[in-house]
Amino acid sequence: MTGTAADLIWIAPALALLGFVLNGTLALVRPTAKTLVSIIGAGVLLAAFGVSVTVFRAFADLHADAPVVFRYWSWIPVGTLQVDFALQVDQLSIVMLLIVTGVGSLIHLFSIGYMKDDPGYARYFAYLNLFIFFMLVLVLGANFPVMFVGWEGVGLCSYLLIGFWFSEKANADAGRKAFIMNRIGDFGFMVAMFMIFWSTGSLDFGAVFTHAPTALVPGGGAITAITLFLFLGCTGKSAQIPLYTWLPDAMAGPTPVSALIHAATMVTAGVYLVARCNVLFAMAPLSSAVVAGVGALTALFAATIALKQWDIKRVLAYSTISQLGYMFLGVGTGAISAGIFHLTTHAFFKALLFLGSGSVIYAMHHAYHTTHSHEDAQDMRNMGGLARYLPWTTALMWIATLAIAGIPPLSGFFSKDEILTAAFARGTTNPAWLVFWVFGLAAALLTAFYMTRLMLYTFHGPNRTGEKEREHLHEAPWIMTGPLLVLGILSAAGGLLNVPELYHGSARLHQWLEPVTQPGAAMVPEAHLSTATEWMLVGVAVLIAVLGIVGAWRLLNPAALVPARDAPAERGFARILRHKWYVDEIYDALIVRPLVWLSTEILWKRIDQQAIDGATVNGVARGARALGWANRWLQTGQVGVYVAVFVIGVLLIIWRSVG
Amino acid sequence: MLLSPALAISAVLFTLGVAGVLLRRNAIVIFMCVELMLNAVNLTFVALAQRLGIGGQIFVLFVMAVAAAEAGVGLAIILAVFRHKQSVSLQNMNLLKD
Amino acid sequence: MTYGRWVITLLLTWPLLAGLIVLFVPARLAKQVAFAASLIEFVISVPLWWAFVPSGGMQFMVDLPWIPAWGIHYTVGLDGISLFLVLLTTFLMPLSVLGSWSYITKRENGFYALLLVLTTGMIGVFVALDLFFFYVMWEVMLIPMYFIIGVWGGENRLYAAIKFFIYTFFGSLLMLVAILVLYLHTGRATGLYSFSYAHLLSQIGTLGPAAWWLFAAFFLAFAIKVPLFPLHTWLPDAHVEAPTAGSVLLAGILLKMGTYGFLRFAVPFFPGVALNEVVQLVIVGLALIGIIYGGLVAMVQPDFKKLIAYSSVAHLGFVVLGIWAMTLQSVQGALLVMINHGISTGALFFLVGMIYERRHSRLIAAYGGIARVVPLFSAILTVVSLSSIALPGTNGFVGEFLVLLGSFRTYPVITALATTGVIVAAAYLLTALQRVIYNPLTDHENEKLTDLSVRELAVLVPLLVCILWLGIYPQPFLRRMEPSARQLIEQVRPGATQGQPPFATGEGGGGGGGERGGTPQ
Repeated sequence: MTGTAADLIWIAPALALLGFVLNGTLALVRPTAKTLVSIIGAGVLLAAFGVSVTVFRAFADLHADAPVVFRYWSWIPVGTLQVDFALQVDQLSIVMLLIVTGVGSLIHLFSIGYMKDDPGYARYFAYLNLFIFFMLVLVLGANFPVMFVGWEGVGLCSYLLIGFWFSEKANADAGRKAFIMNRIGDFGFMVAMFMIFWSTGSLDFGAVFTHAPTALVPGGGAITAITLFLFLGCTGKSAQIPLYTWLPDAMAGPTPVSALIHAATMVTAGVYLVARCNVLFAMAPLSSAVVAGVGALTALFAATIALKQWDIKRVLAYSTISQLGYMFLGVGTGAISAGIFHLTTHAFFKALLFLGSGSVIYAMHHAYHTTHSHEDAQDMRNMGGLARYLPWTTALMWIATLAIAGIPPLSGFFSKDEILTAAFARGTTNPAWLVFWVFGLAAALLTAFYMTRLMLYTFHGPNRTGEKEREHLHEAPWIMTGPLLVLGILSAAGGLLNVPELYHGSARLHQWLEPVTQPGAAMVPEAHLSTATEWMLVGVAVLIAVLGIVGAWRLLNPAALVPARDAPAERGFARILRHKWYVDEIYDALIVRPLVWLSTEILWKRIDQQAIDGATVNGVARGARALGWANRWLQTGQVGVYVAVFVIGVLLIIWRSVG
Repeated sequence: MLLSPALAISAVLFTLGVAGVLLRRNAIVIFMCVELMLNAVNLTFVALAQRLGIGGQIFVLFVMAVAAAEAGVGLAIILAVFRHKQSVSLQNMNLLKD
Repeated sequence: MTYGRWVITLLLTWPLLAGLIVLFVPARLAKQVAFAASLIEFVISVPLWWAFVPSGGMQFMVDLPWIPAWGIHYTVGLDGISLFLVLLTTFLMPLSVLGSWSYITKRENGFYALLLVLTTGMIGVFVALDLFFFYVMWEVMLIPMYFIIGVWGGENRLYAAIKFFIYTFFGSLLMLVAILVLYLHTGRATGLYSFSYAHLLSQIGTLGPAAWWLFAAFFLAFAIKVPLFPLHTWLPDAHVEAPTAGSVLLAGILLKMGTYGFLRFAVPFFPGVALNEVVQLVIVGLALIGIIYGGLVAMVQPDFKKLIAYSSVAHLGFVVLGIWAMTLQSVQGALLVMINHGISTGALFFLVGMIYERRHSRLIAAYGGIARVVPLFSAILTVVSLSSIALPGTNGFVGEFLVLLGSFRTYPVITALATTGVIVAAAYLLTALQRVIYNPLTDHENEKLTDLSVRELAVLVPLLVCILWLGIYPQPFLRRMEPSARQLIEQVRPGATQGQPPFATGEGGGGGGGERGGTPQ
């Protein structure tokens, strides 16, 4: 307890939980009370944002170097394992807190408009509030198990929201897939926790990060294993290779959900985890290289797939995976604040892109719904020329597109550039990072390209929606465009949070995070670049971005597109990209099917039913029965015979015992 | 009382009982023969109790109680069989087979 | 402390008496009387929670001669290990009666009387401190369950009931022989022939090689009950055929007798054998197989009850792993998993029973998309499933986390493999969940389903409360268990709970984690 407003931190998650309880009850009791649901659902979030800002200001006034930990109750006390239900406020969790509640509030407001006709309205807001609760527990938790509560809890909400329209099997499948893939990651998280506990004797962040440098040998097998297992958790939650395939499928959920969970907050939890454990990762250079490498590879790999997707949300999903790769490249390089910076700006522009696409889908869906058409409202081949009908959305999405492409002075430029610079700097001592840097640059080129493609096909060129439908296309209500506008401003100006010294900025975010990142940064060899090199890198990055945009503009011709139902199948390499490198199919053939076959045919039918039950258990029973059958002739049914045998037996016994 | 005559009588009674069970067909007679065997054992108990302590006599009480119970159940069964078959000859009683 | 003197005896005799009464009331009143009786039983047991002093050793002891000539006593008592199993039993009984309310329609008197007799048997097993009395209670609990499955079960009930009975009975006869050998051995060694637990325990050191056979007999009896792979095949049949209350009690209580037996008898009696490295490895290996195998087989079951049955094999695998890893965390985790499994799996069986009553099908494929029709049922099924797959914040997580964390110290590799069980668990339960409540609503018969009634909610809400309570604030449970668990571990492995050394990696030369960690507030 600090005696300041920071003590109120518990109110933020408590409010979200309250929202869940109230809305959940309404969903079961009176699902039609939509006004009440909206007031509760968005109200608790706005209030939580207010609390967050209050806590932020109180904490900033404290100028604390160490995290402030609030212990509420003893959760799992067994012997030396003492896990408290404790929340922790520090510079990093405050940043996450503000993003979650701030962006969360905007998305809640957007949802009021987007979901207003849905019969599951109350259920939707209940899940959304529950998600915010778990997300806050995740970022505020003061030890690994409490963080894990949030970690799995957000996975649960993601599951529930992806499968929100559960009557479609595909949606329910996608939700389940997300949960199970996440569980694979959670397995890594759990094993990491076990190893951390038995090597440092605690699971509290403070104790672990203090003791780890002495209890574990830097660069040794144990710390490498711990961090790799932690990173496995990250690959699940943050959709990195090899566990990324759930995220594109997760687009089955309502679009605001994609914006909130699968772009701005939950999927960044892995980045947060690495940032949080920067001490551990700094002690394990190999793991750091793996993190950065997987991040860079994912950034490039996902970007290639995004090139050939037609579903507007899927493009954004692969774009998210790719951008998350950047963040991992950043934190894996040791540039923790750069990773968090990109996390922040990404939360702004990707939320904007998703909500913008939501606005487009809303318009498309509305148009198709009015004319009772069954075309795909998310397929870009059915769009085109929407700029005429959705001017606000178009303008705002262009801001986000330029931001993600890295055009100065928009937010994405600063954050992405910082990561690439850090990678290049690390490359001066370790050439592996130069490869990562090249990957990052290539991904940047592709990012600019596919985003321009998305904008071009969606908003420009001729319209392909259909004659009748065209009349019904129009901008969404203000409750939806309002949040877009706010996000647009943030996407444009978000870079101001952390203007690097190169431009005579004060790198405020970097300095703010210093107390958290310092212990880890102290262990990583520092690499300094000359100002000239830095300017050169900036030049290359901007050039690449411009190249991507111009290239897309010149190469792609939206006028040549035909609506989805008339479109021919792709051929050659485009086909491979269209089918996402067939990764889903490969996983299915190599893992899912063999496992199901093994379980059904071998384990269940052969071992369980035939070997154990059939041969052994029932075999014994059959043996007993056969024995009885064989000796049946002894039973004549004549009492006299029985008595005679009995007497003979008695006489025999007497004879034996006497003789 | 002399021990050996008592034991001898008991042995004779027991043998008679066994022979009766083995040779006779009438269920009632067999039943009585069983009782005869029990009483032969009782006699042995009482006789040996003189030498080995009170335990034998107590056991006789147990045996008598059991015999009484057995008589109750056994006669009831025989009666039921007679009602069913109009005969108490054991030769006809092979329903247990198959 | 008069309460302490009569409470266990009352808990044992009241259900018998009530069972007798139930036999003679009119059939339409049978369930009301049985419910009242089981509720009274629960009320009697509740003060145990506060009366119990968290310390090692037995409490509420009663020791009266029963058949003194053979050294048989009526000795009962409770410690931190058995306390919660008794409370779980008395807690589940009223719910089982309520859950059978409309499920059991024939011979109601007999059914409820047997349930009450079963209560006595189950509590007796957990409180017995005289091995003869323990054995008697072990059989007392077996017989009512046999009839419950065999008379009120599904189509294939006779097969299942006989299989259940013979399987268990085979094990218990071996155990009887082992008990007698132990009795004679101790009698010969000390001149005092007694079945007293404490007395037998005092002479365990002198057994010599015979300990191997005796341990094998005890182990087999309990392993069948657990059930440990590959002795588990009676369980799916019994679960599938048993009526709801039967499945609930079978999963909730009866399976725990096996693991309870490990903790109370098999391990403390023969620590030399049980904690022999090879034996330990074999058993832990079987537990691991149970976890993975149970999960994988559960994943492909078409029958919901069978799925839950195989998931029980997996859950109990965690318990066995925890017991044999023998660290403070793992043993307490095992105890917690035992309770959690009783609650969560019990709730799952109740839910399946409820939907079965409406639709008369246990097949997962018969449902689909019913979340739209029965939202309350679906919401509760979701919560219970999540607790069963150990989502943090529910009871399941705390138990499995402790088991795995504790076992990791002793068996890092096996535990890491066992941790994959959480993935498999998500795979089978979420798949089933999806196929039952999500997906398109294809079968029109499902459109007519009615949501949960007040009575059914009364069954489920107490279980839900426990799920959240144990997930968020398990500390009162852990506090009461800890001294007994510590005592047990100290007894079989002296010095094990002090100064736990750091994870053995061959590097990282820090001191004991015990001093550093665990200083909250």
